[in-house]
Amino acid sequence: MSAAPAPPGEPALLRYLLRLGDSSLVLGQRLGEWVGHAPAVEEDLGLANIALDKIGQARLLLAYAGEVEGRGRGEDEIAFLREHGEYLNPVLVEQPNGDFGQTIVRQVLIDAYQLELYERLASSTDARLAAIAAKTVKETRYHLRYSGGWLVRLGDGTAESHARVQDALERLWPYTVELFAEDEVDRAMTDGGIAPPLAAIQAAWSVRIDGILDEATLVRPRDRPYAWFGKRGEHSEHLGYLLAEMQYLQRTYPGARW
Amino acid sequence: MYTQGLDAAGADARADSAASDDEAALLQRFQRRVDAEEKIEPKDWMPERYRSTLIRQISQHAHSEIVGMLPEGNWITRAPTLQRKAILIAKVQDEGGHGAYLYSAAETLGVSRDQLIDQLLSGKAKYSSIFNYPTPTWADVGAIGWLVDGAAIMNQIPLCRCSYGPYARAMVRVCREESFHQRQGYDIMLRLSQGSAAQRRMAQEALNRWWWPALMMFGPPDADSTHSSDSQRWKIKRFSNDELRQKFVDFTVPQAQFLGLTVPDPELRWNEAAERHDIGAIDWREFEQVLKGNGPCNAERLAARRSAHEQGAWVREAASAYAEKRRARGASRAA
Repeated sequence: MSAAPAPPGEPALLRYLLRLGDSSLVLGQRLGEWVGHAPAVEEDLGLANIALDKIGQARLLLAYAGEVEGRGRGEDEIAFLREHGEYLNPVLVEQPNGDFGQTIVRQVLIDAYQLELYERLASSTDARLAAIAAKTVKETRYHLRYSGGWLVRLGDGTAESHARVQDALERLWPYTVELFAEDEVDRAMTDGGIAPPLAAIQAAWSVRIDGILDEATLVRPRDRPYAWFGKRGEHSEHLGYLLAEMQYLQRTYPGARW
Repeated sequence: MYTQGLDAAGADARADSAASDDEAALLQRFQRRVDAEEKIEPKDWMPERYRSTLIRQISQHAHSEIVGMLPEGNWITRAPTLQRKAILIAKVQDEGGHGAYLYSAAETLGVSRDQLIDQLLSGKAKYSSIFNYPTPTWADVGAIGWLVDGAAIMNQIPLCRCSYGPYARAMVRVCREESFHQRQGYDIMLRLSQGSAAQRRMAQEALNRWWWPALMMFGPPDADSTHSSDSQRWKIKRFSNDELRQKFVDFTVPQAQFLGLTVPDPELRWNEAAERHDIGAIDWREFEQVLKGNGPCNAERLAARRSAHEQGAWVREAASAYAEKRRARGASRAA
């Protein structure tokens, strides 16, 4: 699978904002599936809360992306009316919820990444992005406290819970490679002082994850070289179903206002 | 959202007159406090039937909130805009919060949340009949907010003055949030009614689906209501089912007219002399069937709650095991 190059003329900033916005959008969509079905009412509330923050982040980022794009598209046209390959989220966030353990593992991996990322984006040379990041970092700190707390409980809970989350970790770990696989968009962002270098985030992420896994008595899986490239629009089989559901009303009633 | 006082009076319904002299004196003092609008608090003496009535009512209310997350939660992933999605998540989250809050209020009366949840999952406890209806279109989300939350508010505002302190205080917060929910539902309906022909049809069909079930939310007619008299004497309930239902009809009919929608009741008339709307006969056989478990979604709703509970068992066990380990480690460090 070779990575598709950015369409000619499409600014790197736009692609970068779509990566950030789509990450929040798709993860928020996944977490929304849980509401009403969680292991306890407190977890319904906790997961709903994170979903809500994610949708809020997506709105800010996609609205900004629409302005950068300059074709008059608002947050909803971008969120609901693009095609599969135009979504630029990492493949990790579109992975199905699985059991509560798998959802928590996915959340820890992405929360730790986003915490390191948004802490640095808060001092971006792009003032608008810096402001969004300042808000997002506060939310993400709470999200990681929630997901990390649960991973420790599940990892160091019963033999069954330990086995389940270790298994989820093995399953999801390969998708983390993409988070740190730098491409020309990332380089353009770094060169412009808009975003931090991914290598710096990777090192900090790795330390943070090791700390949580250690407390959770879980074993860090071996790295594998293969990288997905959701951030270039190359997705797993799961995204199509998610989009079909999310886009249903907008696609069925074109032009309707809701 | 609320409770309908659904269980027939049970074995605990022993007559107060059989109580001992001591109890009679306590009962008198209790009634004086209630009459003086004092709040009864968890550690105060209270008649057993007051306690059991409240446990039944508050837990039914809590169960209704929790089951009520399902029909609307059904639309979170398909909400048509990001703003609607965010509002709906927040709304369903509020319902869950009400459930948690109300379980805590019930626990002050000496039952555990686990017991109450077991009663829900075993089918022994009831929840509001309204949540056994399906939400096939986005307009149903609007209709639930507008009509179901609207009916809940009618019922719950008087509960803010309920004689039992923890329940009354819970209701103050719940009512504030329900009022926001009602407005968001009406806003969805308003947008649909100003939209395309397909959207207007969607709105009308949702009103057709929810109108009668919403009226049934107030419970059986006063003549058939088994709980009203005790509950009114104890100031748990301040208005009768029929009074509240009438208030809801009078409040809601003009809203439907503003939306340009037709209330699905050919006998609906403004009664000039009585200054109220007269409505056609409610099909109480349908209500009874839904209560008996034969509504369109009873089995589905309960199955969803059971499945969440069963599939979450290993998570709850892990949390307890972890807490236990931490206690043990703390103890061994302290030693």
